[in-house]
Amino acid sequence: MAGADRVAMKHGAGGRAMRALIEDVFLPLGGPVDGVGLAAMDDGAALRVGDQWLVVTTDSHVVQPIFFPGGDIGRISICGTVNDLAMMGATEPLGLTCAVVIEEGFPREELERIRDSMKRACDEAGVTIVTGDTKVMGKGEVDGIVLNTAGFAMARRIVRDDGLKPGDKIIVTGTVGDHGMAVMTKRRDLQIEGDLRSDVAPVNGLVRAALQAGGDAIVAMKDPTRGGLASVMHEFAQKAKVGVLLDGPAVPVTPEVQAAAEILGIDPLVVANEGKAVLGVRPEAADRVLAALREHPQGRRAAVVGTAIAERPGNVILDTGLGRRLLAESDGEPLPRIC
Amino acid sequence: MALQDQAQELKFRDPARARALAQALEREVKAIGRSPINVMHVCGSHEQAIARFGLRASFPRDLSVIMGPGCPVCVTDTPEVDEAVALAAMGARVCTYGDMLKLPGAQKSLGDAQAEGFKVEIVYSVSQAVEIAKRRPLEQVVFFASGFETTAVATAAVILAGVPDNFSVLSSHKYVPAAMEVVASLPETNIEGYIAAGHAAIITGWEIFVPFARKTGAPVVVAGFEPLDVLAALVKLVELIKEGRPEVANMYPRCVTREGNRPAQEKLWKVFQTTSGDWRGIARVPSGNLDLRPEWAHVDARKRFRIDTSLVGGKVENVLAAQCLCGDIMSGLKNPHDCKLFGKECRPESPVGACMVSSEGACRIWHQYGGLPDLREVG
Amino acid sequence: MCLGVPGKVLEVNGLEATVDFFGVKKLLRLDIVDEPVTVGDYVLNHVGFAIRRIPPDEVGETLALFEQVLKEAGAGDLMAADVRGEMEAGAKVPEKA
Repeated sequence: MAGADRVAMKHGAGGRAMRALIEDVFLPLGGPVDGVGLAAMDDGAALRVGDQWLVVTTDSHVVQPIFFPGGDIGRISICGTVNDLAMMGATEPLGLTCAVVIEEGFPREELERIRDSMKRACDEAGVTIVTGDTKVMGKGEVDGIVLNTAGFAMARRIVRDDGLKPGDKIIVTGTVGDHGMAVMTKRRDLQIEGDLRSDVAPVNGLVRAALQAGGDAIVAMKDPTRGGLASVMHEFAQKAKVGVLLDGPAVPVTPEVQAAAEILGIDPLVVANEGKAVLGVRPEAADRVLAALREHPQGRRAAVVGTAIAERPGNVILDTGLGRRLLAESDGEPLPRIC
Repeated sequence: MALQDQAQELKFRDPARARALAQALEREVKAIGRSPINVMHVCGSHEQAIARFGLRASFPRDLSVIMGPGCPVCVTDTPEVDEAVALAAMGARVCTYGDMLKLPGAQKSLGDAQAEGFKVEIVYSVSQAVEIAKRRPLEQVVFFASGFETTAVATAAVILAGVPDNFSVLSSHKYVPAAMEVVASLPETNIEGYIAAGHAAIITGWEIFVPFARKTGAPVVVAGFEPLDVLAALVKLVELIKEGRPEVANMYPRCVTREGNRPAQEKLWKVFQTTSGDWRGIARVPSGNLDLRPEWAHVDARKRFRIDTSLVGGKVENVLAAQCLCGDIMSGLKNPHDCKLFGKECRPESPVGACMVSSEGACRIWHQYGGLPDLREVG
Repeated sequence: MCLGVPGKVLEVNGLEATVDFFGVKKLLRLDIVDEPVTVGDYVLNHVGFAIRRIPPDEVGETLALFEQVLKEAGAGDLMAADVRGEMEAGAKVPEKA
């Protein structure tokens, strides 16, 4: 039984427990930097180089199953890193690294399938892999394959995730819950048959369009991966010390995701996404940012879903259309091995 | 697109109608002029609907909608869990609905037993447990059957359809009308009206509540589980309270009829009978448990096995458990916020009481949906 | 567990049906539903069993029921308004309600 002295699955879920683990164990590794460092726990780091910023991020990918409707571990690893850079405002990556740890016996054919998928994702994002590392572990010592990718880019302006002020609008670039629900239905123990596909895609082009339209008026940005849209709302609320009023009926969800989530008793708001961004925008710029997003093929379903408020700082209030409740901070992603 | 529209209709979540019903509720409650007016529902799914859609923010302040003992897992007493744990320890493969896994026994839960290497499996349907028994003819497969009468019907159907020799049932099914009787007899609760569980009523019909309403003087309204169902049922209930009419009203006619599902009832009572039982936190509930009839002894785990709980049972000193308010919460005397442990020592991943274990427990639901803050004037 | 999500029947094979829950399909047992179920019917699911066939016209009936309840709840006020009106018409010094 996992106690306080052992790491549990929840520590990887992207929620409260994981943040606590990082704060307690890993933060001491950080130090003062000229820019955004470990202590900020943002999507990446930003280090000042001359009059620009060098943005760096790293991710490990352990998604199970490796191949799922709409993508695979290779695609996620490229998109996840490209998107983390984009969330900091760095939409033109200079390059990615890719380190793999492969289990003995892993089929060569699957490795090449993953490689092909990574190539396609790189082409879509306009980036290449510039260096990497390869390790093999014995059968049973690692589960299939683990991918780590790091990315780096230069940016003139960094977008943080703590910039909301009361009155600011919160925009999501498309439908939520797609990735998590697609992976969930692939897992063997669920007897559900449906047409759900992951949304995994690089969104640096989409974010570029938004930044061009909104500029400095975009004051916060984060991608809703583990823990979903709800997690981002909580981070925005806590880091900026504002309340967030979330308009439930305005959140775009496909009918298939809604149905699958209803049957499983899971809220689409807490389910992972791999091809979406959440932006905090000053109210006077919200319309033009929304228009720019909707013009982009990836942003057709973009919508204003919330407002920052002065009351209840640090809390997220959900207006269900029929009433209101607090959106409880979950402990992160309800299912393990989602990304 | 037509399917989407129909889906919306069936889901009854139209905000405009919800607002109209909420206003009607406000008017009716004001017309009564007393405060608070306590009404009770006895179904986890009703509490989920209320909490999930934030309906309490739309209820009149003078109306108190309280959850009673409507969580079958929550009321499953410790010795019953110990029976299941003992069976797993004896080598049987114990299958159960997911919620039961973390319910604490005297020493351990089924989840703990699973972590120790005993055979415990989660199933989504009793027929899944039967399939497991068919696939593993050399194992004893025991279905730890929880749930109220709606779920018991499924267990009965499967037994009547015929099960393999290595399959048996450890019945922990409960009977909701008995729970309502117990709560009504508690003088402290002062409940003026009841919302009856829609799905149990699909099986039993609404007529069974007529003697209860007459005896207690409290009207009973059968409600469905969409938010509009709940709001409309409350409007009807408050109206009946206002007019002093201890009657039964059916606000779920698309699913519930007067006599209910007769073939399902026949199946239920062919296999089960009511017996008195101890409910966790509420003590003795006459006719509260559903046990297998003697003629089904051959599929009754309690008859097939000599279950020895001495190794897994016993009294365990538990400082936290002593502060747990689940009993009062299930009787409708307190709510989760009244409990010092709520959200702190007692959380879904580290539950102290049963109400935090089950997805139908008041504490778990309030924890998931943010509790009971007053959000009317925000934003 | 008390989840009673309604779905549409796509196929019936003896005592089993394939049911579509607005995009997601599940296999349900028909042992305990008390009416014959055919393709196109809506059914309520409980732990893998259909427990009720929902007649399509019931949706309209339920919405009408909600309207009825709304009217009845408002009727009390209409009556009060009538009574107040009569009082004000008859009394020399109108009483404040």
